[in-house]
Amino acid sequence: MNMIVNGREVTLPENVVTVRDLLDHFQLNKELAIVELNQSILDKATRDNKKLTNGDRVEIVQFVGGG
Amino acid sequence: MLKIGPYSFNSRLLLGTGKFPDFDTQKAAVEASQTEILTFAVRRMNIFEPNQPNFLEKIDVKKYTLLPNTAGAKTAEEAVRIAKLAKASGLCDMIKVEVIGCDKTLLPDPIETLKASEMLLEEGFIVLPYTSDDVLLAKRLEDLGCHAIMPGASPIGTGLGIVNPLNIHYIIEQSNVPVIVDAGIGVPSDAAKAMELGADGVLLNTAVSGANDPVKMAEAMKYAVLAGHGGFEAGRIPKKLHANASSPLEGMSLL
Repeated sequence: MNMIVNGREVTLPENVVTVRDLLDHFQLNKELAIVELNQSILDKATRDNKKLTNGDRVEIVQFVGGG
Repeated sequence: MLKIGPYSFNSRLLLGTGKFPDFDTQKAAVEASQTEILTFAVRRMNIFEPNQPNFLEKIDVKKYTLLPNTAGAKTAEEAVRIAKLAKASGLCDMIKVEVIGCDKTLLPDPIETLKASEMLLEEGFIVLPYTSDDVLLAKRLEDLGCHAIMPGASPIGTGLGIVNPLNIHYIIEQSNVPVIVDAGIGVPSDAAKAMELGADGVLLNTAVSGANDPVKMAEAMKYAVLAGHGGFEAGRIPKKLHANASSPLEGMSLL
């Protein structure tokens, strides 16, 4: 499956099906990650099993130091 | 007590979390400041460098109220998007509206700041706009329903202190919501001055994170805010052009 994650085109293995799989694939901290799928922000409590499809645009953001 | 929307705080010092030399120093500085409100920015995770350490993992998040900013936004729409992402963290519903209109001065765009604040209030956020020291704009932001007004002392990161104390005074005088002087603080006396003018709080970052000893500066800022606020509450003496002896004039015949 191909999609754009944080502005970069990535090819994902077949076992990446859901948002949780995607976060695991990139070894991202799931507590900190905030996920937007096709410009729609996903609810943290229910996003894990959200299915991904070819061509999706995903933004994964977090809090960082700032003033 | 500093009251912002539904929240109350004992500390009137709000601390930014950017540009500290390392997490241990930052954690010690946060503790030394005794702040209860920490600001953050929202940025993309680096998907190709997993498990990068994050300051949020180093602190007990429950002990602090997080105040994410919309830094990076140049339009109201971008600010709203960042604010919604921040809220989706499930960690906070306060937002520092920061819409920069000029890369050189980092001064906020007043029109976009006003628009973003209005949109975010409609979305139910607790809205704290970072604004210039424009008195009428501060009034317009309050009239919209903003929960606090955060005028800059001077441009972000300059450490120039309060360049227009008269405007800050006017803003404080007219406001019925908390006024938090944000940006441009360089030294503890700047923070104390803001509080002496009657500000309800001070938000600073670089003054602490960029100091030679950030932990010591954080503690100094804590005392400065306390001292300035105490001075404001106590009520200063009027300024006079001529001396007025503080020792009694009676009983001087011994000379």
